[in-house]
Amino acid sequence: MELTFWTYEGPPHVGAIRIANSMQGVHLLLHSPQGDTYADLLFTMIERNNHRPPVTYTTFQARDLGGSTAELVTDTLRKTVARFKPSLLMVGDSCTAEIIQDQPGALAEGAGLDIPVVPLEMLAYARKENWGASETFYSLVRALLVRQAPPAGAQRPERPEGKRPSVNLLGPSSLGFRCRDDIIEVRKLFDTIGVDINVTAPLGASPQDLMRIPEADANVCLYPEVADAACSWLQRTFKQPTIKTVPIGVGATADFLQEVADTLQLDISPQTADAVCRLPWYSRSVDSTYLTGKRVFIFADATHAIAAARIARDEMGFEVVGLGTFSREQARDVRAVAKEYGLEALITDNYAEVEKAATELQPEMLLGTQMERHIAKKLGIGCVVISTPAHVQDFPARYSPQMGFEGANVIFDTWVHPLMMGLEEHLLAMFREDFEFNDNATPSHLACVGGTGHRPEQDSVANGVAVWDSDAEKELKKIPFFVRGKARRNTEQYAAERGVASINVETLYEAKAHYSR
Amino acid sequence: MTGAVLASDTARQARFPVQQERGQRAVFCGLTSIIWLHRKIQDAFFLVVGSRTCAHLIQSAAGVMIFAEPRFATAVLQDKDLAGLADANEELDRVAAQVIARRPEIRTIFLVSSCPSEVIKLDLGNAAQRLGEIYGGRVKFVDYSGSGIETTFTQGEDRCLESLTAQLPADTSDKLSLMVCGTLPDVVEDQFARIFEQLGIGPVRFFPARNSDDMPPVGSNTRLLLAQPYLGDTARALINRGAQLLAAPYPYGAEGTSAWLQAAATEWGIPASTFESVTAAPRARAEHAVAVQTRTLAGKRISFLPDSQLEIPLARFLQRECQMELGEIGTPFFDQQILAGELPLLPEGLRITEGQELDDQLDRVRQLQPDLTVCGMGIANPLEAEGLRTKWSIELVFTPVQGYDQAGDLAGLFTRPLLRKAQLGAQIWN
Repeated sequence: MELTFWTYEGPPHVGAIRIANSMQGVHLLLHSPQGDTYADLLFTMIERNNHRPPVTYTTFQARDLGGSTAELVTDTLRKTVARFKPSLLMVGDSCTAEIIQDQPGALAEGAGLDIPVVPLEMLAYARKENWGASETFYSLVRALLVRQAPPAGAQRPERPEGKRPSVNLLGPSSLGFRCRDDIIEVRKLFDTIGVDINVTAPLGASPQDLMRIPEADANVCLYPEVADAACSWLQRTFKQPTIKTVPIGVGATADFLQEVADTLQLDISPQTADAVCRLPWYSRSVDSTYLTGKRVFIFADATHAIAAARIARDEMGFEVVGLGTFSREQARDVRAVAKEYGLEALITDNYAEVEKAATELQPEMLLGTQMERHIAKKLGIGCVVISTPAHVQDFPARYSPQMGFEGANVIFDTWVHPLMMGLEEHLLAMFREDFEFNDNATPSHLACVGGTGHRPEQDSVANGVAVWDSDAEKELKKIPFFVRGKARRNTEQYAAERGVASINVETLYEAKAHYSR
Repeated sequence: MTGAVLASDTARQARFPVQQERGQRAVFCGLTSIIWLHRKIQDAFFLVVGSRTCAHLIQSAAGVMIFAEPRFATAVLQDKDLAGLADANEELDRVAAQVIARRPEIRTIFLVSSCPSEVIKLDLGNAAQRLGEIYGGRVKFVDYSGSGIETTFTQGEDRCLESLTAQLPADTSDKLSLMVCGTLPDVVEDQFARIFEQLGIGPVRFFPARNSDDMPPVGSNTRLLLAQPYLGDTARALINRGAQLLAAPYPYGAEGTSAWLQAAATEWGIPASTFESVTAAPRARAEHAVAVQTRTLAGKRISFLPDSQLEIPLARFLQRECQMELGEIGTPFFDQQILAGELPLLPEGLRITEGQELDDQLDRVRQLQPDLTVCGMGIANPLEAEGLRTKWSIELVFTPVQGYDQAGDLAGLFTRPLLRKAQLGAQIWN
């Protein structure tokens, strides 16, 4: 058993529902107990869909376990196909159904339906949501395209002269982070350089669309968590190259365009020369100077964590003090990036470990998921959600991509927002006893959302190692709150290393000098 | 044949043909009740033993609230836990120790079973007893089922309180005492306490209490008044411990609240004049507040999809006090004993459906085209998009709605969706 306060991902069958809900003409039959229909709310409330997800649940109860739950599956199967008339049916188990092993996929395949049936293997006790989405998308692509596969060793024919190059956008899905707007932004990029979009999938695609995937010149793997497995199979089977750079951030978008150009053998420099992106100028303008060296801790899905690290360091001028992900499938990529930043990547799906790391690092801001907002509240620091799991406020009405040049503009605004603004930060450090603007107050530009603005005093991290004398404690309180935790920790560590039993004002400043950058 | 059955059946069934329906059910499981129970019992921790699905459900429901320190968590079963049960008990002890280390101030830990833990027959009753002995007195352990296969939504509270019943101290005094059973918002609880005091009814104790150590005693002098219509198993467990259930409608609206208070007043032999003088003013206030909302609600037709078992008492309030017309009333579970005070107040020929076949039920809603449909959040936006107005049902459990001074608010919950449509106009709606 694993004690779980918050889970970064849902179970794998939620990933399967995301694929079904992304697509047109696909229905999912899920063998599951009463109550698992809560998952519908993710789509109707968080994503505010105006339709029910195309999922039928068997919703068995305890009394059904005495009888034949397999019969319930066949019965539901028949009714579902008759009512919804999908062009393809996926069939899977939720975690409880996996234990009772009715094999609904096999039952459906043997039911003589006149539509394609794709059975799903969900492994609920070993795998999670993104894997479930990836496996479902891969199973669908494979089931629909395996009969079109060219013989082994066959070469892909050259693109005919005069035909515009085209790509597939693979990975965007329902309940993905800002997928709705990312694909609009990426389409704009491709439009600028004269490349057509063949199929976007799974979001908005039908099974018939998936069957056209091999017609494109390359696959763009926008969200590796969902599309990596399918892209690899397409590359092996149809010799379709995969474009792997994820265009989040200014630099990454430029690299992405370069990779597209190289892969499709295009000269795109004239078209991209006048691309409009405000992040570089905003970040260079003097108002942003105080952002330099702000210490940020990043924890997200692999794709967004890697992208955020690059933006944070190279485009915002922050210091990345921690980097991690819950995406075990992409852990290797995150480890490699972390190494470049001189960090050890934190690979975990245990919220308590993330909390512990954040508490030790005492960053000035968290770039994370909905879960990191809990940690940020506890530590009294700012937080920006950069990845799923996300809640309803991160499925906004306004255009809010993360990808491409407009995505970079959105990111600049969003990341700066929770930080205290420059003048206020200066004045707080100069005058500490203001009745209105003080450590316990929320940054005043956030006052409308600030609640009580209570900032809990940090506990000593090095427990009981050294005692603070009262002058030193008072002095410590003069350090602005967002770096105070770090200062306390450094001083205690400094004292511990030198066997100092009592910390006075001198120790505090010695430690400061010692650790100053 | 049918005639013979009807003739020998109770009057209840002759007046209300309760239809039973089976099929896909769009309802919450009992784990969801943790969302309000953890706020009510402040020194308790709810540890679900289940899968990632269970953890995901609770956080999807509670996720909008940012907690500095949550008072619930899930012991997520892993592959290796499914292999052997002995191992699972050791695992549970380890997880419980982690919880206690992180939250030393917790006095009661509820071990809540789920579909997966029940299907593999993990005995949490045993585990609770064992852990109770290990932490002797410092932390209490109570087990109950919140699984979807056993419980629907508010039934989680029923199982929780039923399980607590065994641990309630025995009331050995020879004086009558009143136990008000069912989680109420603090403000409502305080209002009821004041009214009972003015009536001269007491001592009055609320179950569950706000802290684990203040749970009320029970004995043969305990008179039981249910504040929530989903507590059948708890009521029967309390009856087994000697308590006597006072049959009453539920305290929704002016009429429901008066009748509910009257049940206790009768038991205590409170003179009619006292009852009148204590309740006249708040009752008049409630009637006035409801009348304001009735201007919008009168003549409108409402249907309920099954969710919380609040459906029947609410339908009674909306029909009798707000002059709404009733379409189909769906309830997840129809408990005749618990509804004894409500049934005489319902109109003849009402269609009550116990259970659900979701798609068929939605077809009936579409055919009836009610002015308002009370339904869950998985259905509400899709029905709105079809042009039907909805009132999402979970709010009825999360809002102070009982008692005189909430009667207007309760009616207001149903008025608001209708007013909103009028205010935003047809243009934005379509």
